[in-house]
Amino acid sequence: MGPKSVVVLAAFLTAAIGPRAGSEVNEGRASALEDAAERAMAARQLNPHHYEARRAAQVVPLYLNTRHGSPFRLFGLQTVHAATVEDVGDSGRRYQLEMSVQEIITETTEKCSAEVFFPGEGKQPSPPQVKVSPLTELLRVDAKAEEEALYQRYRTKDPPLSAQYLPDSHGRLDPDMKPFWHLCIVASSFVMLSESTEGTLYNMAQVASITQLPTENEQLKFDGLVLLHDMVSQEIPRWKLLFTWSPAGGVTVLQMEQQPRCPHC
Amino acid sequence: MLQFGGFSFAVLLFTVTAATVERVQHDYYKYHPMEEISTWMTQMAKDHPDLVTIVDYGRTYEKRTIKLLKIGLNTEAKKKAVWVECGIHAREWISPAFCQYFVKQILQTYKTDAKMEKMVRNMDFYVTPVLNVDGYVYTWNDSTTRLWRKNRTPGPSSGCYGTDLNRNFDSNWGTVGVSFDCKKEIYCGTHVMSELETQAVTYFVGTRKDDFLCFLTIHSFSQMILLPFGHPNYTASNYNELMKVGLGAAEAIWKVHGQNYTVGTSPDVLYPFSGSSQDWAHMQGIHFSYTFELRDKGTFGFQLPEDQIQPACEEAYSGALHIITYAHDQTFSGAVVTAAATLWTLLLAAGVTLM
Repeated sequence: MGPKSVVVLAAFLTAAIGPRAGSEVNEGRASALEDAAERAMAARQLNPHHYEARRAAQVVPLYLNTRHGSPFRLFGLQTVHAATVEDVGDSGRRYQLEMSVQEIITETTEKCSAEVFFPGEGKQPSPPQVKVSPLTELLRVDAKAEEEALYQRYRTKDPPLSAQYLPDSHGRLDPDMKPFWHLCIVASSFVMLSESTEGTLYNMAQVASITQLPTENEQLKFDGLVLLHDMVSQEIPRWKLLFTWSPAGGVTVLQMEQQPRCPHC
Repeated sequence: MLQFGGFSFAVLLFTVTAATVERVQHDYYKYHPMEEISTWMTQMAKDHPDLVTIVDYGRTYEKRTIKLLKIGLNTEAKKKAVWVECGIHAREWISPAFCQYFVKQILQTYKTDAKMEKMVRNMDFYVTPVLNVDGYVYTWNDSTTRLWRKNRTPGPSSGCYGTDLNRNFDSNWGTVGVSFDCKKEIYCGTHVMSELETQAVTYFVGTRKDDFLCFLTIHSFSQMILLPFGHPNYTASNYNELMKVGLGAAEAIWKVHGQNYTVGTSPDVLYPFSGSSQDWAHMQGIHFSYTFELRDKGTFGFQLPEDQIQPACEEAYSGALHIITYAHDQTFSGAVVTAAATLWTLLLAAGVTLM
């Protein structure tokens, strides 16, 4: 039994045997027990190795990618240390997580606290809301020089970039293409974040194609077709993405559109 | 005359060298198409006739043969067995690579490692490098087919292809974690055991179920060791032992390259599902039944780079061996220890009585 459960149990017991126990004995005890039970039920502790905690935690690096991702900076889930979940009335469920996030390229890891709120089944599906404690180590990862070099090289690229199947069937990636594979994972993170629920676990399976469009407003612009993978359904959703990137501006997704399934793929 | 003789000798030397080189040419750290895996299987049986035989045990929809390598020293006694199946899901290429590595390891170590020698004497290893042959061949067609998962049986309606073989077994079939939509990746088939591949395994293992100590089915990705059952309402009779041995395997894996593998039932750590080969095996009484999910955790996913084949196989081998050794020792060494202990107890008791 972990320390948190002991605290919860202690709170429950204290409430049960608490100040009300003296007067109006039976009724007082009953309502005290109910209140305590409600508080104990409010935040249910989760096994950090089990799927509920993992699916909620997986959303956090997706969120970080949308905020801070670049061709040279990419986030992934390392470990979930502790997790709780509670119902927020009828509006959804909130997960509190203690976890370790990793910057994948440099393999830097940092512990953080995060909160992930999944809205309930409403009329319109809406994305989860994420809050993360400040990440000092990971955001200190300095990729400015590489980002600037890549940006300058491709700002006026002729012919513009055009690539298919990153990585290829054998997991191979041309070193020159690796930053664009990372860039597509960042752009895909916008989609994966928006599509994530308690019933999904996303990663990007492959970039089917990426084509560079003319630079606009100092942003590199790309048209991409990405293949995502949802571990729970094992499906490969296909998404067309129109997105931009610059070292200063980060990644912005202008359009995202799911494509019909490919029957022979 | 001398020149001509020299030329023939050179040709002969070249041919012999080429033949020898070809024999050791199979690169275990590259992905191989089906034809190369078949050639390799034939070569293994040829190179180790005292230990390895090929067994054809089924046909696929597209009329390909499903084959396994039976590895074990020939003894007069009826032997116990270990089942290792790979390539049940077509896109999980690291899985067939693992089975090839697994075979190589056994054949390389049994002559020098006393424990392995004992195991191939007491048990037969039945290793299927690719169960879903049609699906695996399909993933090699071109870049667009690389992510195919199911087999290649046409579905009940047009535009539908393939059944998820790991949802098609007779283990709470069609109850949870499946789809009845033939277009879906987890389509469980028109009925239980509708697929030829499922039937092949069911018949081969089913008719020998009392021989099997251990059933391992190899998949990717996620880095997990899953125990039965996939259905959340059923707990394996030996759950505690399965967890203990599974955690031991995960520790063995970690020791190799520091990779973490999560251990637990699928409803706990991944998702609930029914109709798996692992569950079916346990229900037959093969109590050490595990699913391995190999590297990675989603960065490359199904297209694990070839430079990771070696470390992935090395760690998985360590984990698999832990489970196999445990199952073996429970049946073989265990009996010897118990017999010896009983004898000593009897002698001491007799000694005490006589005093």
